[in-house]
Amino acid sequence: MAEQNTHLSSLLQKNEQSLLTQWIEAQQRVIGTKISPQELKIQCMDFLRLMVEATHQDKSTSIDGPAWVTAKKMLAEVSKSRTNQGFSPSQTALFVFSLKRPLFDLLRKELVDRPNEFADAIWAITQILDQLGLYTAEMHQRSREEVINRQQADMLELSTPVVKLWDGILALPMIGTLDSNRTQIVMESLLQKIMETESEIAIIDITGVPTVDTLVAQHLIKTVTAARLMGTECIISGIRPQIAATIVHLGVELGNIATKSTLADAFKLALSRTGRSVSKTTTHSPATGMRK
Amino acid sequence: MNHEELQIRTQSDIVLVRKAVRELTAKLGFGLTDQTKITTAASELARNTLEYGLGGHLEMETLKNDLGKSGIRLTFIDQGPGIADIALALTDGFTSGKGMGMGLSGSKRLMNEFTIDSEMGKGTRVSVTKWK
Repeated sequence: MAEQNTHLSSLLQKNEQSLLTQWIEAQQRVIGTKISPQELKIQCMDFLRLMVEATHQDKSTSIDGPAWVTAKKMLAEVSKSRTNQGFSPSQTALFVFSLKRPLFDLLRKELVDRPNEFADAIWAITQILDQLGLYTAEMHQRSREEVINRQQADMLELSTPVVKLWDGILALPMIGTLDSNRTQIVMESLLQKIMETESEIAIIDITGVPTVDTLVAQHLIKTVTAARLMGTECIISGIRPQIAATIVHLGVELGNIATKSTLADAFKLALSRTGRSVSKTTTHSPATGMRK
Repeated sequence: MNHEELQIRTQSDIVLVRKAVRELTAKLGFGLTDQTKITTAASELARNTLEYGLGGHLEMETLKNDLGKSGIRLTFIDQGPGIADIALALTDGFTSGKGMGMGLSGSKRLMNEFTIDSEMGKGTRVSVTKWK
């Protein structure tokens, strides 16, 4: 299979300008002006130059050799920038595949009287361009996965706030699903915060949790038990009627855990347990808020 | 009538199962409490499929009986090791894993109809139905 792309390097070099024009046109027909003409031109010029080098050094039809490293690196960059600009995988791979037509046209002109050579050259170029195209699509996929991983990490960070409501009273508003690894982190950060603030009461609000099944209940019970061992009482709030009915049918016993339907009720209970109360002031002015 | 299949291979598939079931029950016009009950049962059974059945799939069907009442049937199928003693598995508080042991029996209470077939070494099939 060696020495298969004998024509490619010189062919590319000789016809760089006309290839470039046709290649850019072919891409613009599909992606329009999603990418600026100058940027596209620079990308195409750079890549053609790298392809000339690579095909000059490596005469095989594989892109796994060291000669292709720089070209592939550039493809990865192009792929990444197109991913960020919202291109689909096929639109991204088009960068490479759209080079086929102009190249084939060129070959036909050059090798018009040598059909055998023409067929060989077509096959060699197809193999190379297909691999490069697939590589681009793969890179596109990888960039997407990076975005997803980063977002998942962001969510872990963002969704675990432990809020101090009052001296000795913490609140943990839970949002989303509670049966993932996240739950563990949420629970651990609560226990950590309890220790730091030496709080007497922690309110776990599950208003934003759509489903409470046995695993979620188990997580909640474990957290409450752990907090209790540290000397902190927990109140679970945000138990809506449908969740209450479901828990009952499910047969889960929340035992002696204090529960309230709203965060406000839980806060009131927490205040009274710590010997405080909220009352209206006699002078009804908006500037006067709650009193300790 | 209507038929949909969902794979249960990873933890995040369970989230997708819940979402799909919740959407379908809402579309069928179930009340909020029933939506929550059905979704919770689906969550329990999907997790069983993943943890004990080593993955499988869910078949979701919408039904209509002779009286024109509509309903939903969820069938969880796995090719896992199977359940040795179904009566024991349906006992409140029994678990062969780390859970509370309430998932299977709880799902039965949350739904109207419940059937379970299991064969050692072949897999398990749990089918639950809720009528409106």
